[in-house]
Amino acid sequence: MKKLKSILFYPALTISALIFVYPFIWMLVASIAPENEIGNLTLVPSALTLSSYSQMLDKIPIGGAFVNSIIVASSITIGVLIFGSMIGYALSKLEFKGRDLIFYVIIFTMTLPFQITLIPQYIIMVKFGWIDTYWALIVPYLINALSIIMFRQYFKSIPDSLIDAARLDGCNELQIIFRILWPNSMPAIITIGIITFMASWNEVLWPLIVIRDESLMTMPQLVTLFAVGGRAESQLGVKLASAVMLALPIVLAYLFFQKYFIQSMASTGIKE
Amino acid sequence: MEYTGLNNYVRLFNDITFFKSIGNTLIFLVIHIPLQIIVALFLAEILNQKIKLMGAFRGAFFLPVIVSGVVVTILWQQLYGYDTGLLNRLLTGIGLGKIGWLTDPNIAMTSIAVMATWKNVGLYIVLFLVGLQTVPVQYYEAADLEGANHWQKFFKITLPMINPTIFMVVILSTIGGFSLFIEPYIMTGGGPLNSTVSAVLYIYKQGFFYYHMGYAATLGLFFALIILAVVVIQKKFIEKDN
Repeated sequence: MKKLKSILFYPALTISALIFVYPFIWMLVASIAPENEIGNLTLVPSALTLSSYSQMLDKIPIGGAFVNSIIVASSITIGVLIFGSMIGYALSKLEFKGRDLIFYVIIFTMTLPFQITLIPQYIIMVKFGWIDTYWALIVPYLINALSIIMFRQYFKSIPDSLIDAARLDGCNELQIIFRILWPNSMPAIITIGIITFMASWNEVLWPLIVIRDESLMTMPQLVTLFAVGGRAESQLGVKLASAVMLALPIVLAYLFFQKYFIQSMASTGIKE
Repeated sequence: MEYTGLNNYVRLFNDITFFKSIGNTLIFLVIHIPLQIIVALFLAEILNQKIKLMGAFRGAFFLPVIVSGVVVTILWQQLYGYDTGLLNRLLTGIGLGKIGWLTDPNIAMTSIAVMATWKNVGLYIVLFLVGLQTVPVQYYEAADLEGANHWQKFFKITLPMINPTIFMVVILSTIGGFSLFIEPYIMTGGGPLNSTVSAVLYIYKQGFFYYHMGYAATLGLFFALIILAVVVIQKKFIEKDN
């Protein structure tokens, strides 16, 4: 029975795994194959060429979009870590009037579907004059309820005696957060950092709404408009090359930190 | 500011396309959620058998989860292509006819739901793996003594024990499914015959194609109420069941 199991399981698993990985490999190969061979199922093109990539570089400012995405996703991640830990600290370790009320209000904002706030948030951006600026891409995401809740939860497990000792040594509140709590909260920081960076790297609806200037577009937005607009001129290779560029940074990070990615996302149950 | 009274709501209740877009979103959910649970549970069950290379397999299933929906959609648009798509080439290769994966109004939304399942299932496999590991081994040992077969063990022990995980998956994929946007936006633009216009895509079009900002905000509010209602009903079922 045991043998039968392994005879059945491994082929079934390998086929299933291929279903999930093969399309990505095909995409990568197709992006470096000659245009007339892309429709083939085969993974071995007769020649390798970077012409799809050089044509794409001529058509869209993908390099600039890459820089924009890095700036936006990094700023958001840093902001979420700083503000999330500050608010999480106040809500878990400081005593003040209305603390629980504030916490419940923060939880309430999480239960509101984004479909409700999308248009009002856009109108605020218009009133601020932030359309077509980095501000519109970054500022609305700087404070995030999930990160506050996770930091609060994690800080609760850190003993008060550590904080009292730091206070006696003359640390102020900010020093307590960043010098004492941060080094002791690496699992929380890694988890929140990964899910925040990934979510902002892949975000596409909001950039589509607030950015129209091509030089300010993030990668997912630029690749989306390239794919639906006419500019790819039904050249499959060029389209796929732009998709590869968009996927590559996250896939590379995933290959190195696979365990952290899976743990982080499973612990929050979040997806893009 | 100018108040328009209830004009936007009157318009909403006469807007056939909006209700169609909500119906489309519900169709998406009805196909996507059961499919996702069955596939995720099946693969998690296999991965839970203490097999070798478990990490590598899990890593493979998880790959689409981390990749942008834009990439996945562009990729599947090629797989689903009518004349040159890989799926139709496979079908004609084994002597079957072509299928209009994205061009047949009766099939297009199902195609999108299958793609979304492929993209997200890795996350739910991991959640189910966590759930499966909470089932005490003694239960299975006792069942073995009674001579229960694999299916009996699955339906009598595993399923009831991982009920909480199943409900979590239902709620998470419901909320995720209601935000369906980029897949139809890139793949079909909502067509054919509006069969893949999701509610968010319709709100987006009203707001940013036609610049009916106030009307789009009304639609957003109304749609959010529907989401809340569906989630509350699901939670009621969960509480009743436990």
